[in-house]
Amino acid sequence: MTRIGVVTFPGSLDDRDAQRAVRLAGGEPVALWHGDWDLYGVDAVVLPGGFSYGDYLRCGAIARFAPVMQTVIEAATHGLPVLGICNGFQILCESHLLPGTLTRNAHLLFRNRDQRLTVENVETAWTSAYRPGQQIVVPVKNGEGCYVAAPDVLDRLEGEGRVVFRYADGNPNGSARDIAGITNERGNVVGLMPHPEHAVENLTGPTTDGLAFFTSVLGALTSA
Amino acid sequence: MTRVIVDVMLKPEILDPQGNAILGALPRLGFEGISVVRQGKHFELEVDAPVDEAAMRQLADTLLANTVIEYFTVRVVE
Repeated sequence: MTRIGVVTFPGSLDDRDAQRAVRLAGGEPVALWHGDWDLYGVDAVVLPGGFSYGDYLRCGAIARFAPVMQTVIEAATHGLPVLGICNGFQILCESHLLPGTLTRNAHLLFRNRDQRLTVENVETAWTSAYRPGQQIVVPVKNGEGCYVAAPDVLDRLEGEGRVVFRYADGNPNGSARDIAGITNERGNVVGLMPHPEHAVENLTGPTTDGLAFFTSVLGALTSA
Repeated sequence: MTRVIVDVMLKPEILDPQGNAILGALPRLGFEGISVVRQGKHFELEVDAPVDEAAMRQLADTLLANTVIEYFTVRVVE
């Protein structure tokens, strides 16, 4: 069975939900620890949401230097699929695996709601089970989710099709060009602020639209 | 011991919603004539002498500031 690691940092909140999403999609979740250098041979890694290291200094700035991240960064540059959700997205930006950064929401409020997104890139390891232009609804919950990057970086992301998700029906945090999620050049690293792992079954989520993140990567790994 | 001061500020083109919130509160408190507030971070480091200024700049560049949105200044005092 395909094994997907979920890293727990001090202050991670959504690691258990991410593990559960992996299990519901048909994979085997593997708990990874921030202080550990070893990825235990997992086939992909999820960096979950939460407030690693209390969001001290900047969101993700301390987690980026955790031992496990040195191994994740190295493996990601060699093609390991890595998904960063919310705080995980912030960690990926601080790690320079993804360009730009996330700052305080423009309206200063913590925003918590079910959010409609447009899937714009279905070529990544984490989005191949979606249709181009598909609209999905998953929860968004953040205080520092405003995506910021230099204009030339934004132009490059758009030009290369690396904007993976865009906010539809209103931008919850002031992100540049309504960007909700992006990918690296290779398409193995994806980061987004909304939470697909909270939309994997009808009992607890607004939809099951998030499940396809996890079936996408399982499919990509099985066919590889 | 030598004290090293690192100040980190958002780049001028980056929106500072916290600074704007502070600015918005000032008229209510009776302070007038203030048109801009920018909020930043101030770090004080106690460092063994002699201080390697290049290393201090590297420290600020690597950890204390995110140069995508912030710039920093390093001063050695005392």
